[in-house]
Amino acid sequence: MTGTHALLEVKNLHVTLTGDRRRRTVLHRVDLAIPAGAALGLVGESGSGKSLTARTVLGLLPQGARVEGEVRFDGRSLTAMAPAALRGIRSHEIAMVFQDPRAHINPVRTIGDFLTEGLVTTRGVRRAVAEARAAALLGEVGIADGARRLRQRPSELSGGLLQRVMIAAALLTEPRLLLADEPTTALDVTTQAEVMAIIDETRLQRGLAMLFITHDLALAAAVCDRIAVMYAGSVVEELPSGHLSDAEHPYTRALMASRPDLGGPGKKLTAIKGRPLSAFETGPGCAFAPRCPDARDTCTTQHPALLPAGSGQAACHFPHHPRAAAGAAERSTSDA
Amino acid sequence: MSTYQIAALGRGSTRLGRLRGLIRGRCVLIVAGSVVAVTVLTAVFAPLIAPYDPNAVDPTAVYQPSSSAHWLGTDDAGRDILSRLLYGARSSLLAPALVTLTAGLVGTALAVSAAWLGGWYDRLVSALLDIVFGFPGLILAVVVAAMFGAGLTVAVVTLSVAYLPFIGRVVRSAALRERQLPYVSALRMLGVSGRRICLRHLTPNLLPLVLVQIATSYGYALLDVAAFSFIGLGVQPPTAEWGLMVANGSTGILAGRPEQSLYAGVVIVVFVIACNLLGGSLSQRLLGDNR
Repeated sequence: MTGTHALLEVKNLHVTLTGDRRRRTVLHRVDLAIPAGAALGLVGESGSGKSLTARTVLGLLPQGARVEGEVRFDGRSLTAMAPAALRGIRSHEIAMVFQDPRAHINPVRTIGDFLTEGLVTTRGVRRAVAEARAAALLGEVGIADGARRLRQRPSELSGGLLQRVMIAAALLTEPRLLLADEPTTALDVTTQAEVMAIIDETRLQRGLAMLFITHDLALAAAVCDRIAVMYAGSVVEELPSGHLSDAEHPYTRALMASRPDLGGPGKKLTAIKGRPLSAFETGPGCAFAPRCPDARDTCTTQHPALLPAGSGQAACHFPHHPRAAAGAAERSTSDA
Repeated sequence: MSTYQIAALGRGSTRLGRLRGLIRGRCVLIVAGSVVAVTVLTAVFAPLIAPYDPNAVDPTAVYQPSSSAHWLGTDDAGRDILSRLLYGARSSLLAPALVTLTAGLVGTALAVSAAWLGGWYDRLVSALLDIVFGFPGLILAVVVAAMFGAGLTVAVVTLSVAYLPFIGRVVRSAALRERQLPYVSALRMLGVSGRRICLRHLTPNLLPLVLVQIATSYGYALLDVAAFSFIGLGVQPPTAEWGLMVANGSTGILAGRPEQSLYAGVVIVVFVIACNLLGGSLSQRLLGDNR
C-alpha cells in the first residue's frame, strides 16, 4: 500500500476462537494499512470478519481468542501491548463508533455520564469542564440543546440522536483513528444520510484517519479514499475507491455487478451463486473458488496471496477483468 | 363455568378476578410488609413497650397462664414471655440481617470479580461456592462451633459463609450475561478501567437481583439462626431469642405448659412467611419474574 508510515498497519492477522471445545479460524489473513488522515472502507458480507478485525485492533475479543500476526498503531504493536497501555490507546488515540447505539450505552446512566466518564476517569478532567466540552461537541454533531440532553437517559433519545451521542463520545477523546463499525446500519435512511455527513465532516475537519466498516459498497466509495474487500476472513482486494468499477478480483466484480442500478432500465438483479463461507470452512485453495465463475484448477489447490494487481492489490491467481484481459498490458503501462 | 367466564376471570374483569389481581399485586405486599415492619418496630422499641425486664426471674410465678399481669404467661423461671418475645426480636432479627448483608456484599464482590476476570480465578470462585453450597449449613456450624466454641458471633460468621452461594451463584451468572452486553465493550473502548466498569456499571445494574436474593434468603437465615440457638450453638442463655425460647420451652411441654415454645414458634413461622412473601413480591416488582 501507499505510505511507508501508515498510522494503522494490520499484517497477516490470524484470529481463532474457541467455542465448545473446537478452535475455529475466524480471521484467515487480514492485511490493512491506513495512513494518517485517510479513510479506508472495509466491505464484505455478514460474517466475513469486518467487525472482528476492528475489535482485534483494540483487543476487544471474546475470552479464549488467539491472535497471530501483528497490529501496529503509529509504530507501536497493539497485539503485544500490556492491558494498561492498551487502555491508554483506547482512551487517547483510537475511538470506536458502534453499530447499535442503544445497546452500547448503559441504559440506566445519563448521556452526560456516558460522555464524560472517559474524560473524568482517564484524563483527570474536572467534571464541569468535561460536561461543558461534551455539550459543545453535541452541538457540533447536530444536537442543539446539549446541556439538557446531558441530563437525559438513553431511552429518551431517538436512534439517530443516540448515534450522534456515540460519535460525540468518540470525538471527545480527541483520537487520531476512528473505527466506525456500520455506524448507520441501525438507522433509517434519512438519519443515515445525516449521520454519515456528520462523520465525514468532523473527520475531515480534524484530520482523523478512519476505518469504515460497512456492507454498502457505494457508501464506502463515497466517504473513503480506499476500499478493502473481505471474504471469508481475509482481505481479497484493496484498491482506491475510484477504481471499484475496474476491480481485479472476481468477488469484487461480482459485488459490483449485483448492485441495483437506479438510473438504467429495470432488469433482474444478478446474484452471486452459492452462499458465503466462513473462514473455518475454507479449503486449501482460494475461499471464493467454489463460487467463482473463472475458477481453474490452481484456484482450488493453492491459496492466493495479496499481490499488487491493477490499481491496488488482489488475492487472486488470475486477477484480470475478462473484458480488459486483452488490454491488461497496455493499462498497466499507462498507469505507471 | 363456561370457557368464556374463565377467560374473563383471567383478565380480571369479574369481581373475583379483580380481587385475585389485588391479592396478587398489592395485598400480599401490604400484609407481609406490615408484619415485617411491626416486628422490626417492636424490636427497636422493645424497652419502651415491654411490660417487664425480660431477664427478671420470679420464682413465685413460674408457668403462669395468660393473665392481665402477664398477657402471654410466664416461663419456667417466672420470666414474662411477652417481654422475652419482644426483646428476643432484637437478636433474632439482627443476626440474620448481618448474615444476609455480609453474604450479599462478599457474594456480589466475588461474583462480579469472577465474572469479569474469568479464567482460573472464576473457576476457583465457582468451585469454592459449589463446595460451600454442597455443605449443609448446620453441619458446618457444628464443625465450626466445635473448633471455636458456640456463640452468636460464630453462628453469624458461619452462616454468612454458608449463604455466600445463594447470592454468589445467582449474581455470577447474571454478571456473566451482563458483561457480554455491548455497552460494556463501549465503555472499554472509552478507556474506562475494568474496576470502574465493575463498580459503577455492572454492580449497580445487578443491584435489583442482589436485593431480591438478600430479601428471599433473609427468612431462611432467620430460621437457621433460630435453629442454631435451638440446638445450643447460637445465642446463649439467658439472652432472649426466639429459637432459644422454643428450645427452652420444650421442658414445659411435659409439664403441660407448651405456651413458651408455641408462641415463639408461631412468631418465627409468621415472620418467616411474611419475609418470603415480601421477597417474592419484591422479585416480581424489581425483576418482573413470575415464579
